[in-house]
Amino acid sequence: MSEKYLDITTDSCPMTFVKAKLELEKLNIGESLEILLKGSEPLENVPRSAVESGYDVKSIVDNNNGTHTMVIGR
Amino acid sequence: MSDVKKLSLIAFSGDFDKAIAAFTMATGAAAVNYEVNIFFTFWGLNILKKKLRRGTQGKGALSKAFNYLSGGLENLPMTRLNLLGAAPGLMTGLTRKRNVATLKELFEATKALGVNLYACEMSMNILGLELNDFIPEVKEVIGVPKFLDISSGGETLFI
Repeated sequence: MSEKYLDITTDSCPMTFVKAKLELEKLNIGESLEILLKGSEPLENVPRSAVESGYDVKSIVDNNNGTHTMVIGR
Repeated sequence: MSDVKKLSLIAFSGDFDKAIAAFTMATGAAAVNYEVNIFFTFWGLNILKKKLRRGTQGKGALSKAFNYLSGGLENLPMTRLNLLGAAPGLMTGLTRKRNVATLKELFEATKALGVNLYACEMSMNILGLELNDFIPEVKEVIGVPKFLDISSGGETLFI
């Protein structure tokens, strides 16, 4: 279960993946962050950056309304 | 193109819109795990000043005059259509309305992401500025050789 939540659906580049990175850095080991995002740019960049930084992308769910819900764990 | 994930920016301009461009590049790159360095030189030093608006800074009357007239982060002019200084405020309102980050938000994110901020020694001497005139996040006062060392192997942009 995700302990933390971040909605970046109203943000635009670069703040989408900037906010995601800054929130991920606050995670303690074992915690996860649920991110609600919109559009292809954060869908591509958020998980890519997270994996490069050693986080675990646990799930990406298409909400069928233009948004995706992503869960990333540390 | 280098394989090293490093972006170095030379922030020469103290213009509002160019500062937005610089910090957009810096935050975007840092957020996807690039090492990011910004070398602030000449008018770009205005962005780093502790005093956000016009104030007396610098050694000597002429330096004080230049620093007073150019001000700080909240006085940066637009490169075009400055509208006697009204345009940056209008543009900030527009960016907020469109859910785009403002200059202040981008600068805060730049610092939060650990982007390396460097001040140019030569420009500081010309403008009579000292390290103490700048925000504490400025990592170091450096010259051209040190910047070349720092930026070596990555991409460098002049803004």
